Amino acid sequence: MFRYYLKLGLFSIRKNPVLSALMVAAIAVGIGAYMTIVNIDYVMGGNPIPQRSDVLFHVQVDNWSPNEAYEEPDKPPEQITYLDGTALLAAGKARRQVLSYKTGRVVEPQGEGERPFQVVSRATSADFFAMFDTPFVYGGGWDKAADDNEEYVVVINRETNERVFGGEDSTGRTIVMNGQPWRVAGVMDTWDPIPKFYDLNNGSFETPEEVFFPLSVAIANELGSWGNNSCWKPSEGGWEGYLQSECIWLQFWVELHGAGEKQEYLSFLDAYVESQKALGRFPRPMNNRLYNVMEWMQDREVVEDDVGVLLGLAALFLVVCLLNTIGLLLAKVARRSDDISLRRALGASRSAIFAQYIIEAGMIGVAGGVLGVGMTWLGLQGIELLYGEFDFIARLIEMDWTVIIAAVVLAVIAALAAALYPTWRACAIQPASELKAL
Amino acid sequence: MELGPIWRALMRHKTSYVLIALQIAVTMAIMVNAIGIIQDRSKQMQRPSGVDEDNIFYLTSLIYDADADYQALMAADLEAIRGFPGVRNAIATNSVPLGDSGWSEGIRLQPDPDLDSTGVAIFFADEHGIDTFGLNLIAGRNFDPTEATWRDVESDEWPPQAIMTRAMVEELFPDRPVNEALGKTVYVQQTKPVTIIGITERMQAAWNRWSGVERSMLVPWKRASAFTHYVIRTEPGYRDEIMPQIEEMLATSGTNRIVRGMRSMEEIRHRSYLQDSAMVKLLVFIVSVLTAITGLGIVGLASFSVARRTKQIGTRRALGATRLAILRYFMLENFLISSIGVVAGAIIAVGINIWMVEAFGLERIAWYLIPAAMVTLWLVGQLAVYGPARRATLVPPALATRSV
Repeated sequence: MFRYYLKLGLFSIRKNPVLSALMVAAIAVGIGAYMTIVNIDYVMGGNPIPQRSDVLFHVQVDNWSPNEAYEEPDKPPEQITYLDGTALLAAGKARRQVLSYKTGRVVEPQGEGERPFQVVSRATSADFFAMFDTPFVYGGGWDKAADDNEEYVVVINRETNERVFGGEDSTGRTIVMNGQPWRVAGVMDTWDPIPKFYDLNNGSFETPEEVFFPLSVAIANELGSWGNNSCWKPSEGGWEGYLQSECIWLQFWVELHGAGEKQEYLSFLDAYVESQKALGRFPRPMNNRLYNVMEWMQDREVVEDDVGVLLGLAALFLVVCLLNTIGLLLAKVARRSDDISLRRALGASRSAIFAQYIIEAGMIGVAGGVLGVGMTWLGLQGIELLYGEFDFIARLIEMDWTVIIAAVVLAVIAALAAALYPTWRACAIQPASELKAL
Repeated sequence: MELGPIWRALMRHKTSYVLIALQIAVTMAIMVNAIGIIQDRSKQMQRPSGVDEDNIFYLTSLIYDADADYQALMAADLEAIRGFPGVRNAIATNSVPLGDSGWSEGIRLQPDPDLDSTGVAIFFADEHGIDTFGLNLIAGRNFDPTEATWRDVESDEWPPQAIMTRAMVEELFPDRPVNEALGKTVYVQQTKPVTIIGITERMQAAWNRWSGVERSMLVPWKRASAFTHYVIRTEPGYRDEIMPQIEEMLATSGTNRIVRGMRSMEEIRHRSYLQDSAMVKLLVFIVSVLTAITGLGIVGLASFSVARRTKQIGTRRALGATRLAILRYFMLENFLISSIGVVAGAIIAVGINIWMVEAFGLERIAWYLIPAAMVTLWLVGQLAVYGPARRATLVPPALATRSV
């Protein structure tokens, strides 16, 4: 019977081409608008590192002013001081830990006529690469010994490797930055976590830094942060004073497996803060936080409010399109009332009529969904046109299969929901009611 | 007026009309809120920054020679730039209005760290600052050349003079005439005294979404470092021509440096409000498409309604109703439906607005948007129904006498 209804459905669609086309269009436009925003929301808020997101934890301790919270309503600072970051790093109480900050260097290619160029850099301790599972083309990171010895070692990204070494295996070779030779330890492959979860304070959707080198070297060279820096008390006494100050400018992450390790680390943090309180620091009440990747993203509200507003409006837009569809379906049922009553007079049961029209609606839904995917693509191109100057937009408008399938499924569900009332009305048509007028 | 018969006829075939009324209601809800957001964003984008946006541009010079004498280089740069034909003035500074990156400090009325502080945006500027930015000094005086000192990173001193914007002064000393603040001393970084020697009308901070965006302070510091930002003001009309020339001059000056990030003030503003202007365009598009869809829906329903009632129309005409009466009937019918729709729409619109204020911190909509949207949708409905209604008037009276 199913195939028969499919045939009937196709026949009915052909017989009312305009109405059917309008219905498909209405669903397609509504789905297109809604899924465009859903795609952006999905990509923006998606898990940037699913294979490790629940073992990576961002550490926050509250060294802030006794008179006001860092952020309402009593949130601790989103970055950490050099003093606390290095102390926690040295304590080594987690499986792995990483302390880093964003800075910059100038690469001076040694070739003839090559112009120097700026590279956004990350000064970091050694565990960064293992913790965040960064892919490598050649070589790898450095070890703790390199950190301790302040070795001039660097990991460069693929683009920089192309530019300076023509894409060759440059491990072991020298790259000159700011007049200093550095040894290349490895070349990082294209790595694009969306968002840049390990540092949400300085451009959540920027691409990762271009070169990475040891934190100790950056500190020895007094390289200032290129990101945000906040102090509730002025830092006194130049660079050394800055390192001892209450200014927050670094990011500290730890790796912990399981609730037990997390609990232990929280206890350790409490003990550390207590010891600092005894020294006269940390005037605020205990306020340590240990958020995993997704929790941290939620806390930082990575997905902009604007996306939420658009999502709400787009959902309402979809409702309007569906109301339109219901109206069109009612019109169609009214047009086909003679056909329905004839079928009923010939013995078709109510449920047969119901099945027929629901299946027809499903077909419209599938067509609307497929066209809706096309509309979504158009919508995303439009978004790129509008927001194109934000470099990260290109990554937000990529549709993956999840979104495509969701669009079609949503379209079918919407079409079926819209068809419920009209189809019920169709079943209510009396067998012989229209026959008189034939 | 035939409201009675119209209403009763509607009641007999409620469904389609309820659908259209619902569509009108939801359309109105979206329209009202979208226009509210458009208005709010547009208002934000129109705020003046306080600087001469037509003639200012900005660039960054990054010196990567670790042995360079930054002070001498900066002084030489500024001399060359200021002497360049077509350039009115230039300074080296740390930040630019709407530039997105900057420095803020808390100012207190007493050197007591336990007091609340008022955030202010800091801009380094020597005595050329006011003229370079094109600020309007409404009280007091500019910096003296001797007051502009080189910032020593090792020392903790802060220059004792400052020039503040009106908004900052009003925040520090509310309900007092602005001039009274001249000569008063306030405290930065908890204990360092600063005397207000001048007040400017307006200068926005680097972050347009900051609640304190109108609170800025000029500090007479010069900072010599590898990273320098130059703000350059040209004579009217010279900007586009001079920009690449200055960039070239600095890049080829023989120092190991990279010149980058050169932008006009217009472009800086454009980037600062990019998200808002995109949102406005998007919403205008959505509201237009939505109105079109609803209009088409009304056209569809009206055609259907007319088609269903050809016999009735023919009968009425045969009984003496004029064409105009038929037209009026359908226009009135639509008016009735639209009215129900817009009233329901008003309620939904307010409900949605309350939710969005809660969830996304949006502004509450201005009251006049609701009646404005109502009138718009009434008009759209009447326009949409006119076509089918006119077709209805063309139904011949003779239809009444036919049996089919």
